[in-house]
Formats: sequence, structure tokens, C-alpha cells
Amino acid sequence: MTPARRAGIACVAAIGGVGALALLLAVFGYSPADGLLAFWRGSVGTSYALWSATLVRAIPLSLAGLGVALAIRGGRLNVGAEGQLLAGATAGALVAQLLGAVEGGTATGGGMSAALTTPIVLIAGALAGAAWASVAAWLRERFGVLEVISTIMLNFIAVHLVGALVRGVLQEPTRVYPQSATLAAAARLPVLVPTTRLHAGALLAITLAALLWWTLRYTALGFRVRVVGESAAAAASAGGIDVARVAVMSFAVSGALAGLAGAVEYAGVTYALYENLSPGYGYTAIAVALLARLNPLWVIASGVLFGALQAGGAAMQRDAGVPATLVQMIEAILIIAIVLVDRASRRRAAEAGT
Amino acid sequence: MSVRSVLTEYLEGAVRTATPLALAAVGELVAERAGVINIGLEGAIIAGAFGAVVGAGIAGVGGGMLLGVLAGLALGLVFALLVVRWRADQIITGTAITLLALGITGTLYRTLYGESGVALSLPTTAPVAIPGLSAIPVLGRALFVQPWPTYVLYVLVPLVTWVLTRTHAGLAIRAVGERPQAASAAGIDARRVQWWSTLFGGAMGGAAGATLVLAQTGTFVEGMSAGRGFIAIAIVVLGRWHPVGAALAALLFGAASALQFVAQAMGWRVPYQLFLAIPYVVTLLVLATASSRAGAPAALGRAELEER
Repeated sequence: MTPARRAGIACVAAIGGVGALALLLAVFGYSPADGLLAFWRGSVGTSYALWSATLVRAIPLSLAGLGVALAIRGGRLNVGAEGQLLAGATAGALVAQLLGAVEGGTATGGGMSAALTTPIVLIAGALAGAAWASVAAWLRERFGVLEVISTIMLNFIAVHLVGALVRGVLQEPTRVYPQSATLAAAARLPVLVPTTRLHAGALLAITLAALLWWTLRYTALGFRVRVVGESAAAAASAGGIDVARVAVMSFAVSGALAGLAGAVEYAGVTYALYENLSPGYGYTAIAVALLARLNPLWVIASGVLFGALQAGGAAMQRDAGVPATLVQMIEAILIIAIVLVDRASRRRAAEAGT
Repeated sequence: MSVRSVLTEYLEGAVRTATPLALAAVGELVAERAGVINIGLEGAIIAGAFGAVVGAGIAGVGGGMLLGVLAGLALGLVFALLVVRWRADQIITGTAITLLALGITGTLYRTLYGESGVALSLPTTAPVAIPGLSAIPVLGRALFVQPWPTYVLYVLVPLVTWVLTRTHAGLAIRAVGERPQAASAAGIDARRVQWWSTLFGGAMGGAAGATLVLAQTGTFVEGMSAGRGFIAIAIVVLGRWHPVGAALAALLFGAASALQFVAQAMGWRVPYQLFLAIPYVVTLLVLATASSRAGAPAALGRAELEER
């Protein structure tokens, strides 16, 4: 597909999304004009909205979206990005606590320098995400358990585990709120653009997108992932590829990216761990990956689009009294539309081939 | 509390918790026997729960059940249109249907019942004691002093078993799920069979959600389906795609979930979040030990009816 055609599809999706939004507003009895105005102001209409809401939300969406895209490329649907994201945030909070890099902690400035703490928090997050995803990958390879079911179960387990931890060993020092201690200022991800909330996680997302794109396109490893995703049988028989190994590995890396999204959100936005840390970023990531046609570079653009959708949805709720869940419906409709378009183009290709 | 009363209460709770799971599983099982895996079952359950709230507000418990079933049916209809009519990918479509239902119910709930979502309180159906049987020590109370949806299940399980194994319709369903091409060659309208099976699955998902509201919680909370649709799919696997097996598997899950009642009754000092996680952990363990594909319909989840 040419870049122009891709850009065309993105425009159609954006316009269709806004159209669907206006329609849904009308159907549910809200004023489309008020809703769309609040949406515009809250997503891209002001520079604050763009830099401090839309792009900030685009960071975890892109990182988790990269993960979902990689898993699908390897032939597996990862519906567990939400749980892997929480696992990553949890590991980040745990490590920060152990290193004393939290407010009121012991070793801030004394023990380890902040320059080292932040990367350790992020790496711990990625590893935890990978570990959480590996459970599902292993269940699939060893016992044939559908990863759609297992990852959803792991999502719920992660939420309840976080719930127990933030009321237990990870609870903040005053023991009042169900959340972890606040991450020390020195260990937070730096803000990229002064006076905004855009943090360095954006650079990380863009770098990893480029790296993943290059790996999938130009390396033998990426080739193996793609072949396994296209046809596992052909990969094993004609390519001599260890399908199980490639599938498990790409699923684990997928989890690592989602886990990183969680640790980045913790170190760049929330500075504390709690149960509702993610407003469903892991589920939206599926739509992000599908709209990007599983291309890592387009995941960034798609992530920004969905970041705008979520930021605008939050603004609609705040300023126009429209439930933010309306946006969830748009996401679902977009996914269905993409699946149908895919289906139609595949059918056309099949007919042209015969 | 005496051990015996804790045990009685525990078993009662286990059957009560198992009921919506079993209802959903029996519906899903029929769809899966026809080769359609409906991951959107979770969406049908939350839609059924919301439909029950609205219906109960209009016409009491009966109205709640009716509207719950219709809501589940509506989602089954959308899903069937996408995967049976247009042969879209079943897994991705199902995931999207679940997201869609969560979005619609959340939006409607906040629109109809206010921004903060006023805590609704609906009348729940009282348990009905079956004369004679309910007098059996311990088990009698657990099995025969339940809200009426549980008794519907007692009728439905043998009925669906009979339809699947002894009737033409059941043969058609199984043929389509195993070898759609052969079924078509034998004059069976495979699409039509998949349509009806999927619609039945959606309606049962709606019934499960309605039961959750009308016989258990008496209220609606956004996202209250809490993965039950996915658990029901696991129950189908554990029950080896057989209604009786599914009912027993659902009971196992009910028993695991109901452990939290025991913990409360005994005053154990364990974080309750860990108890909430039990059903999901059990699902994983069960799926691993049931070595999933054994007994699955051969054409399950396949998008196309004809092989290419």
C-alpha cells in the first residue's frame, strides 16, 4: 500500500470517527454542537490540550499499540496489554520503593543517582510486562489455551493484585489512600517541552517504533516473525522455522512493550501506582494497532489519533456532560469497520487471483 | 457460626454464582458446536444486565428478564451479521462487540441514571423452595432453594443435550461445526444453522446478565460482567462442549468464587482482592489442565465455510 493511500485511509478514519461521534451524540440526546466543541477544545483545539492531554495519552497508547501490532504480526492477538501495562507499572513502583526513590524514601540522592533510577524503573516495567505475557504465551504453546481468554484472565488478576498491593506492602506511608508512595521528583521522566506535561516517554515511543519497523522489515528475525504470522504451517515446513519459539518470543516482546507503557505512565504521568492507573489503554491499543495496519511507524500516528479521541472524550465529559464511554463505542465501531474493509479487500484479492 | 451453616451458605452461594455462568456457557456451547466462537459473549452479558435494569424498572422482574434476553439477542444479531453473513474474523469481531457493549451500556447508564451513576436498587427475585427436595440436609438448600433462573437451567441442560444429540437440528449444528462443506453437500444450510446458533448464544448471554442483576446483585455497575463471558468460554472447554459437562464446570467456578463468602464468614484476614482474583486464576489452571482442543468442534473459529 502506498503512503498516500495509507494517509487517505487515516483521513477517512478521522472524518468517519468525527461523523460517528456527532451521530452518537445526537442519538443519545446530547447536543452535537456542544459535544464536538468540547471535544475539539479538549483534544487539539488549544495548545494545552494538544501538548498536555492528547500527546501525553498518545505515549502509552503507542507503546502498547506497538506491542499489540507485533503480537498480531506473529499470529497472536494480545488482548492482555492492559494487564501487562499494570504489571509494568507495578514493577516500576516496586523497584522505586526498593531503591528508596520515593518521596519520604531513604536513599534519594544518597544511594543511587536519579539518572540510574529512571532507566531501572523502565527496564523493570518491560521485564514484568514480558513475564506477564509469557504466562499466556506458554499456556498457548504448551496446552493450546486460546490467548484471548488467558490474557483477559491475566488482566483481571493484575487489577486485583494491584488492589491488594496498594493496600498492603506498596501502600503509601500514611496508610490512608489505596495507592503507592509518590515517585521522587528526581526519578521522574523529564518534561520535554517546558510548561507542558509532555514527557520523555514520547521519544522512547518514537525510537522503539522506528526500531521495531526496521527489525520487522530488514532483519532475519523480523522476517521469521512475519512468516509465522502469515502462515505457521508454511513457516514450519518450507522455512524450517521453530514456530513455537518465534511466537512465544514475539508475544513476550509484545508484553514488554505494554509493560514499558505502564512503567512510563508511572514515571511520567501518575508518579504513583493505583488500580485505575490506566483508563483502558491496553484495550484501546488493539484499535491503535489495527488502524495502523500493524505498521510500527503508523502506530505512532494512530496512537496520536486515539490520544486525541480519549482526551476529547474526557473533555466532553467535563465540559458538556457527555459520558466518556461514548468514545469506547467509537473505538469498537472503528475496529469493526477496519475488519470489514480488510475482509472486502482480501476477498477482492482472492477473486482477482482465481 | 457453626461449620454446618457456613457449609450450607457456601454451597448456596456456589450454585447462585454458578447459575449465570452456566446459562451463558450453555448458549456459547451451542454456537461453538456450530463452529462459531463468540468472544462477544461478555458484551451480551453486560447488555443483558443493563436490559434487565431498564426492564425491571418498567415491568418488574419478568420485564427485566425479557429485556435482558432481547439485549443479548440484539448483540448476537450484530455479531452474527458480521461473522456469519460477512465472514469477518471471529476473534477480533468478538472483542470489538464486547468493547461496543461496554461503551453502550456505560453511556446509556450515565445518560439515564445520572452523571455519577446513582446506586440503583432493584427488587431481586426471592429464592423459591421446592417442596420435599429442599428438605435434603445441606445439599437441599443449595440446589433447591434458589431463585427461579437456576431451575430454568435444570430444565435447559437436559433439553439442550437432547436437541444436540437426538434431533435433526442438533445433527445439523454438529455437522456444520465439524465439517461445514460436507454439511452443505448434504443439503444443510450452514449459514442458517450458524445464524440460529449464534442468536441462541446471544440470547443466553443476555439471560445470564439479567440473572446476575435480578437474582444476585439487584443493581447495575459499569463493567459488572467482569469477565464472566470469557470465564463461560473457558467453562465450555472444561465441559468438553457438552451441556452437562458445562453445568458441572460452572459449578466448579461457582465454588471457587464463593470462597470469598467463607472467608468473610470465618473472618480470615486475607486481602479480599486476592479472593476476587480466584475465579480468574482457576480459569487459567483449568484451561491448562483441560488441554483445550480435545473435543472441540473441528471447524471452530474458522472464518470461511468453504476451505480455500
